[in-house]
Amino acid sequence: MSTDVIDQLIGVEDGDAVFALRTQRPDAKRNAQASYDALFHSDDVSHASQLERLAIAYWAVALAQSPTAGHYRDLLAAASPETLEALDAALPDAVTSGPYGDYPEGPLTAENEEGLIWGPSPDLTAALGERLAAALAHTHLLTYRPRDASADALQALLDGGWSTTGIVTLSQLVSFLNFQLRVVAGLTVLKGELR
Amino acid sequence: MSEQVIRHTIDTPNVFTQAQLGWEAWLEPLPLEELTERHYEGLVDKGRANSPYFRLLVRDPDILGARTRTDNDIFYNEKGGLPRAQRELSATSASRTNGCLFCASVHARFASHHSKSHQDVQRLLDDGTAAPQDDPQWRATINASVALTETPTAFTAVNVRELRSAGLDDLAIADVIHGAAFFNWANRLMLSLGEPTPPAEK
Repeated sequence: MSTDVIDQLIGVEDGDAVFALRTQRPDAKRNAQASYDALFHSDDVSHASQLERLAIAYWAVALAQSPTAGHYRDLLAAASPETLEALDAALPDAVTSGPYGDYPEGPLTAENEEGLIWGPSPDLTAALGERLAAALAHTHLLTYRPRDASADALQALLDGGWSTTGIVTLSQLVSFLNFQLRVVAGLTVLKGELR
Repeated sequence: MSEQVIRHTIDTPNVFTQAQLGWEAWLEPLPLEELTERHYEGLVDKGRANSPYFRLLVRDPDILGARTRTDNDIFYNEKGGLPRAQRELSATSASRTNGCLFCASVHARFASHHSKSHQDVQRLLDDGTAAPQDDPQWRATINASVALTETPTAFTAVNVRELRSAGLDDLAIADVIHGAAFFNWANRLMLSLGEPTPPAEK
């Protein structure tokens, strides 16, 4: 029951050095887990369904090429193998590296970096529906080119059937995973360097 | 007809700055009169009900509350580990890399305040994360934060060794990791739910 997902993803338990480091920031540890629970064990899924959450989560961490993808892949496979299959088929054309994107016009324009602007194929939209397809496009934007975010991007979500509250949850979900995957990446490297 | 975003006709800031920027939401924050006990629990600090950013996020109160408590322990728990200035430096470095002008402004200001090294922070904002930094701990903290912010992450044992040879212990290294990782959460919310507005006229 009291599984800590980040400990599990790093592969540490009580007695390990990285476990001990995390216990020195007890509220951060407890609330990283509470965040996971708030997103994946919510008592209110009226604005974002459990399947949508799992599909978006897997898409986000798979795009980021994170080892945490295995965890979310298993969750999605248990909920909807068809959805997982559709996402896996779409993945090769969507994966790239970031961050890239544009700055507001001015001196920073010199730092603009081009990159893939991904949108769902007609096949993917047909398989998953417009609402989830819109969320996948937004997840791609948040993952690789957050500085390209815009009011238009949010309008596309509203037009795709997302409510304002649903967009908040979707945004938190993708953003939290970008935190979690980096804690796992960083602490996994640190674990290998501890004597 | 679906709901409509809120569009602002403002000259959005276009340089990284330590000035105090504003921020406007593209979606409707929850009206004050609709805040319940559970919403206030999510806000953690009641004063945040005055912020459009937090009053938008509070539409999903549980994740906001957990987010804020994670944030507070990473940046404000002063039991050992990384000095406060360098925690803010990790936040600023991630924000400079992702391109979050608002987050960078807040945390650059905090980094300057705690370090008294306004010029070094300003150089990071003006010339970027690769700009020279004389302090080896600052150099290592910036390098590690940038590497961790890349997608896929580029943080390796080289970063850990650089942090360690600059004199940081394991808890401080874990703090660098958490500071940069957390801003990959915060930057994405700040960048995608609204936009910064210019500093108030002096």
